Amino acid sequence: MKCEELLAMLNEYVDGTVDPAVCEEFEKHMAGCNPCQVVVDNIRQTITLYQDGEPYAMPVQFREKMHDALRKKWKEKFPPKSFED
Amino acid sequence: MRQPFTPETPDGDLVSLAKAGGLDAFEALTNRYELRVYGLAMRMLRQEHDAEDVTQQTFLSVLENLEGFRGEASFSTWVLRIASHAALKIIRKRKGLNTVSLEEATEPADDLNSIPHPEYIADWRESPEHLVERNEVRRLLDDALSRLDEKHRLVFLLRDVEGLSVRETADALELSEGNVKVRLLRARLQLREELTLVLGDPKRQLVKSHHHPA
Repeated sequence: MKCEELLAMLNEYVDGTVDPAVCEEFEKHMAGCNPCQVVVDNIRQTITLYQDGEPYAMPVQFREKMHDALRKKWKEKFPPKSFED
Repeated sequence: MRQPFTPETPDGDLVSLAKAGGLDAFEALTNRYELRVYGLAMRMLRQEHDAEDVTQQTFLSVLENLEGFRGEASFSTWVLRIASHAALKIIRKRKGLNTVSLEEATEPADDLNSIPHPEYIADWRESPEHLVERNEVRRLLDDALSRLDEKHRLVFLLRDVEGLSVRETADALELSEGNVKVRLLRARLQLREELTLVLGDPKRQLVKSHHHPA
């Protein structure tokens, strides 16, 4: 396997969806190619950083406003029946 | 009578209850996904007001179209699909374009032969576990993300941040799986390059010997 071929299989390897035979070749290449090994490590770390980041906080005022708008719209769509009043 | 549900109630059950007129089920669905939608919109648009617009539009659209939702895709994929389109619409508007079609964003250049090779290769000075807690890293991540072409950014966010499968990402964006894979690879490589330039240890930089097979 050449570095270019490894690059083409990078997603499948990192996501664990690579064919076992290809996986073996992939790892054989990495064992003898330090730059490719580091690139694979970097890619994994990159994904981890984005996955583990703090979620954005939604402004409370906006949230209330949105839920009000949704409830209003909902009541137009499903008018409350009198026995539920 | 109100039917009981818990945080473990599957989305599909809440969808059925909401379709039958259960406002509380609809609100539970909204509560489940609003932060994800807002986060996706913030990462796509980097502007609070626009992210709020996308979030509200998304859930109004969910409400409007719930009856037509047949569950071919999971509810989460469906919601993220609506949010993706709403975010792209704003991006196109910013650029002065009217089109919102994702297909039109498909370029013939989306093939594996044109994938850029990694250039700056170095071990990082710190582990992601340490880095993730630092404010300046948050900024670095957002800046790097904003420099991605939006069609690559959206694929990366849906697949790697929202955790959709390649198939689901393809469904959400009406792209082929092959196209999703190439865009994802481009996004991952570009982000790796940018983050490594800042987080990489220059003392542990590796120079790659370029192979040029005949």
